[in-house]
Amino acid sequence: MGMLLQEEAELSTAINSQTLMGECIMEKKGISGAEAVVLSLLAEGVECVFGYPGGAIMPVYDALYDYRDRLQHFLVRHEQGAAHAAQGYARVKRRAGVCMATSGPGATNLITGIADAMIDSTPIVCITGQVGKHLLGTDAFQETDVIGISMPITKWNYQVTRAEEIPEAIAKAFYIAQSGRPGPVLVDITKNAQTEIFDFQYRKCTKIRSYFPKRKVDLSAVERAAALINNAERPFMLIGHGVVLSGAQAEVKEMAEKAGIPVASTLLGLSAMSVHHPQYVGYLGMHGNYGPNVLTNECDVLIAVGMRFDDRVTGRLDGYAKQAKVIHIEIDPAEIDKNVKTEVAVVADAKEALQALLPLLEVKRYPEWMAKFKECDATEREKVILKDFAPTTSLPKMAEVIRMLSQMTQGKAIIATDVGQHQMMATRYYEFDEPYSNITSGGLGTMGFCLPAAIGAKIGCPDRQVVAVIGDGGFQMTLQELGVIMQYNIPVKILLLNNNFLGMVRQWQQLFFERRYSSVDIQNPDFVKLAESYYIPARRVDNREELGKALEEMLNSQSAYFLEVMVEKEDNVFPMVPSGASVAEIRLE
Amino acid sequence: MQALEENQQRYTVSIFTEDKVGLLSRITAIFTRRKINVDSLTVSETENKGISRFTVVIRTTPDRIGVIVRQIEKQVEVLKAFYYSDEQIVYQELALYKMPTEAFAGSQVVEKIIRDNYARVITIEPEFIVIEKTGHEEETMKLFNELKPYGVLSFVRSGRIAIAKPMKLLKVHLEELENISAF
Ligand SMILES: Cc1ncc(C[n+]2csc(CCOP(=O)(O)OP(=O)(O)O)c2C)c(N)n1
Ligand SMILES: [Mg+2]
Repeated sequence: MGMLLQEEAELSTAINSQTLMGECIMEKKGISGAEAVVLSLLAEGVECVFGYPGGAIMPVYDALYDYRDRLQHFLVRHEQGAAHAAQGYARVKRRAGVCMATSGPGATNLITGIADAMIDSTPIVCITGQVGKHLLGTDAFQETDVIGISMPITKWNYQVTRAEEIPEAIAKAFYIAQSGRPGPVLVDITKNAQTEIFDFQYRKCTKIRSYFPKRKVDLSAVERAAALINNAERPFMLIGHGVVLSGAQAEVKEMAEKAGIPVASTLLGLSAMSVHHPQYVGYLGMHGNYGPNVLTNECDVLIAVGMRFDDRVTGRLDGYAKQAKVIHIEIDPAEIDKNVKTEVAVVADAKEALQALLPLLEVKRYPEWMAKFKECDATEREKVILKDFAPTTSLPKMAEVIRMLSQMTQGKAIIATDVGQHQMMATRYYEFDEPYSNITSGGLGTMGFCLPAAIGAKIGCPDRQVVAVIGDGGFQMTLQELGVIMQYNIPVKILLLNNNFLGMVRQWQQLFFERRYSSVDIQNPDFVKLAESYYIPARRVDNREELGKALEEMLNSQSAYFLEVMVEKEDNVFPMVPSGASVAEIRLE
Repeated sequence: MQALEENQQRYTVSIFTEDKVGLLSRITAIFTRRKINVDSLTVSETENKGISRFTVVIRTTPDRIGVIVRQIEKQVEVLKAFYYSDEQIVYQELALYKMPTEAFAGSQVVEKIIRDNYARVITIEPEFIVIEKTGHEEETMKLFNELKPYGVLSFVRSGRIAIAKPMKLLKVHLEELENISAF
C-alpha cells in the first residue's frame, strides 16, 4: 500500500503540465478581453466569422469594428445559420469555421448547428457572450446555462470568467476542434471578461496532457490487416467522412487500384472517390445503391476506413456483414467495436494508416467479384434508375434535374443538400468528380442545414461553383439567410426541388403508414417572389423543355440565383433499406 | 443493493480526470444518455495534485461496458478510465448511524451489536450518538437492520470507493498512451 502511493505520486512528474503552449506569436499590452478575442482569432488565421450581436457579446462586436478590414463578420439572420455556415466553411476549407452569438437565445439558437457538427465531426469554434460573472446563476436577463446545454454536443466547452483566460481558452478551442476526430467546441465568455484590461499574449496550444487525439499507426495491426486483405477472395472497402477529413483520397484510390478492391462510400464520404473510377461501386446506406448494400453481406473481408457503421449504413446489426472479417481503420478508439465487431482495428488517421498499408498489399484482381457489383448495377438500373428518369407527368423528376446539373457542371461543383428526398436524389445522381464537394447533414439529418452551409462553403471556396439543392420544406427552415446572400453578394446558386410535400416523410407514410398523409401536404409561398424580394434573380420552371436553359442560366449567373423546379409530387426514393431491416432486405420498389 | 437484470453485471468504473468544473456533468451524461443507472458516484482528489478520481458503480452488460468506458476516455479532460468487476478491486463504503442516546441506557445490547459488527462510536451527545461503520453494502446494511429496533434516527451511506488490485500504475498507463500517440 505504502509503496503504491509512493509510486503513484510520481505521476505529477511523469506527465508534464496540463497544457503545452507554443511560442508567443502575438502580444499587445493593456487591451480589453474583447480585443483579445479578436486578436486570438486573427492569431489562429481566422479570416471570417459568422454571427449575430446582442447584449452579452457587445464588447466583442465593438472590438470587431476596429478590425473589420482584417476579420470579416457575416451577419446571419438567425444564429442557427451562423453555426451551419461555419460548418459549410469548415468542410471546404478543411479548418475550423467560427461562429459567434450573444448569451441566452443567441446561444440556444446555435444548438442545432453544434449538434450537427458533433455528429458529423465538423470543426467549428463557437464563441458566446455570457452575463457578467457576478450575475451567473441569478437568472439574470438572457442568462442561460450554455455550458450545461452544450456539454453533450460539444467535443469540449469552457466558460471564461476572466480576461486573462481568453487567449489560452481560444487556443485550446482551436486545437481541440481541429485535431484528432474534429468536432465543435464552445467558449462562453462572461461580459466582465470582455471588458477587463490585461496584457495579451497569444500562444498556440500544442498539447493537452489528458487528450490523445491521434495514435501512431500500429504496424503490427497494419500487417494483420494486410494479411487478411491479401488472402481475401471478396474484399470490400467502405470509405467515410474520415477519408475526407484526413485527405486520404489519393491513398484510397491507390489501394483500390493496386489491390483491386471495390470501394463504396457512405453519405459523408461522397466525393472522396470519383464516381467514374472503375473500382468505385456506389454509395451505401438506406437509399444508397443496391450492389454495395446487398454485397456487404457477401464479402469476406470488409475494410472500413474513417466511417462509424451508422445505423443508416448497417441496417439491422445482426443482419450486417456477419460472414465478413472486419478491418476498421478509424481515428477514434471509441468507435472500435461500438456497432460492429472488428477482426483488426487500426486506430489511426486514415491517410497515415493507408500509407502504411499500401506497400504491404499485393496486386490483385477480382473479376468475378467485381462482376457481381455490375450485375447488381444492372438490376438497379432496370428496377430503379430507369423509373427515376421515366416521365409520368409533364413535371420533371428530381433525378432528371440532378443528372442535368451534374452533366452541366461535369461533376465538379460543390453540392450542398438539405434533408429529404431531394438530398437522397442529389447524392444518388450527382456524379461527384472532385473532392470536398459534398456538403450535407448526415448524422443529424438537419432540415435547414443546406442554405447557410452553402453560404459558408461559397465564402470558403469562392472560386468553385456552389449549388444548394433544397426541398420546399427545409428551405423554409432557414430561408432568412437569403438576407446574407443579398447583403454580401454571395453568388450561391439555389436549386429548389419543389414537390409541394414534405416528401421524405410522405414517402414513409405511403410505404409504412398506409398512405395516411398526416401533415406532409405543405402549402408554400411564392418562392420566386420571395427570392426576388431579397433582390436575388429568380425563376420557376414547371416543364422539362425549359429545364436545361434554366439550369444554364443559373450556373452562368455571376450573382446568386434562385431556381425553383416544380418536380413530380409523389416520386419515391429507391432503393430503400426499411428501418429495422437488414441490408440484404433492401427494397427496389 | 439493486437487483441485476439479465446479462447485467456490476462494474466499478475508475476515472482519472483533470480537476475541472463541468466534468461531473460530462461524465454522468454518458451514463444517463444510455439509460444507465448510476448506483453510486464518488469524486475525490488523488495523490496527484490537480487530478481527480471518479469512482462510479453501474450495472450494465459485459459487451457494453467497454464501449461506455471508451466514450468516457474520449472526453478531452479525462486522462484514463478503467472498469472492474468486484473481484478485481478492494472496495469500501462508509455508513453513519444516528441513534438516540437513551437506546444505550440500561442495556448492553446496542454496544454489543456495535462491537460484533466492528463499528465504532464517533460522537456522544446528550441526545444522540453517532456510530460509524466501514464495509461492503451488505455489512453496513446488516448493522442498520440490527440497530433498527433501537431507533435509528438517521442513516447515511457513502458511495463506493475502490482501489484496483492490478499493480499497473496510472503513470504507466499514461506513458503507454503517450508512446502510442502522435501529436
Ligand atoms: C429539423 C427537422 N425536422 C424534421 C425532420 C424530419 N424530416 C426529414 S425529411 C422531411 C421532409 C423534407 O421535406 P422537403 O424539405 O420538402 O424535402 P423533400 O423530401 O420533399 O425533398 C422531414 C420533415 C428533419 N429531418 N429535420
Ligand atoms: Mg418537398
